[in-house]
Amino acid sequence: MTGHSGKALSWKIAGGVIEVTLHREPCNEIGTLFLSELEQLVSALPGLEESAHAFIIHSTLGCGFSAGGDLRELYEGIKTTEQSAALAEIRDFHQRIHHAMNTLDSTPLTTIAAVHGIVFGGGLELALTCDMIIADKTARFCFPELRLGIIPGFGGIPRLKRDLGNAVVRDLLLTGRSFNVTKAQQAGLVSQVAGEGQALRVARATAAQLAKLDRRTAATAKKFMKPVPYDELRQEIEIVCELYARPQVQAALKKFVESTDAQSYLP
Amino acid sequence: MRTQEQTIDEILDLAAAQFKVPRAELSANDDFFKKLGIDSMQALSLLTRLEQHFNVELPDYELQGVSDFKTLGERIQARL
Repeated sequence: MTGHSGKALSWKIAGGVIEVTLHREPCNEIGTLFLSELEQLVSALPGLEESAHAFIIHSTLGCGFSAGGDLRELYEGIKTTEQSAALAEIRDFHQRIHHAMNTLDSTPLTTIAAVHGIVFGGGLELALTCDMIIADKTARFCFPELRLGIIPGFGGIPRLKRDLGNAVVRDLLLTGRSFNVTKAQQAGLVSQVAGEGQALRVARATAAQLAKLDRRTAATAKKFMKPVPYDELRQEIEIVCELYARPQVQAALKKFVESTDAQSYLP
Repeated sequence: MRTQEQTIDEILDLAAAQFKVPRAELSANDDFFKKLGIDSMQALSLLTRLEQHFNVELPDYELQGVSDFKTLGERIQARL
């Protein structure tokens, strides 16, 4: 067995399955630390693919899979840096995370996100890179970005459009509301629903089934049915960077980050 | 068909069980954030349980500004 233990995520490979664990408190917010460890993981993937057939990503935190982008870190960066430099950093961050997520999306391994609780924003975008999402009954899915004046920036819209029907894509994105697992399965976002706390067990059972099938055929089928929407992903980065330059976005981020209400600020 | 009072009672039962608060300490007009000691993320997990229990879909924007069990019960009742 080989593995790696990081501050935000760790992985091990056992029985032909790469298991990635997210464990960054408070809820696996995706900031610079998370990204650098994700980059380490995707750099290691070609070597790991030699001895694996499946990839599972899950969280050990009670709050859920991931609350998405680290808005506090983002806001601090905007607040303390001259605007053009802050926007350059935002662009660089998005380009790096797109590269990491595109690599996960296109790996020949069969990939499974085993999720529970909060699966929001960038966390949902990470799950969307996977071939299957297996969710327990506590899972809740949301793209709240429009409520802050931005759009999902880690590949969310292109991947959602690829995978789901227009009605649900627009509802999820344009209202910013959250879906429970029943709705998510009806929409085609979730392939299997597990009992509370059982998503990882179900994902492991699925991975065991994958091992019985020919790997090269599975990789060929995946490449055929799950093309990475590179053109739209590149467009997304441009739109996101334009939106971040708007003062309204910076004001919304400030209000969100500095709010001490139990009900965090969101319109 | 449940009455609104029955709906609110069931919400109080579920909230007490989920957040391990004695049921007798909860009443319809309580602010559930304060009484349960929860934040907005935990309120969403309560919403998930309520949707499953009542078999309804309740968009979270309908709950913006709602903080007491009675109003929560009214919003759920409207979807039953």
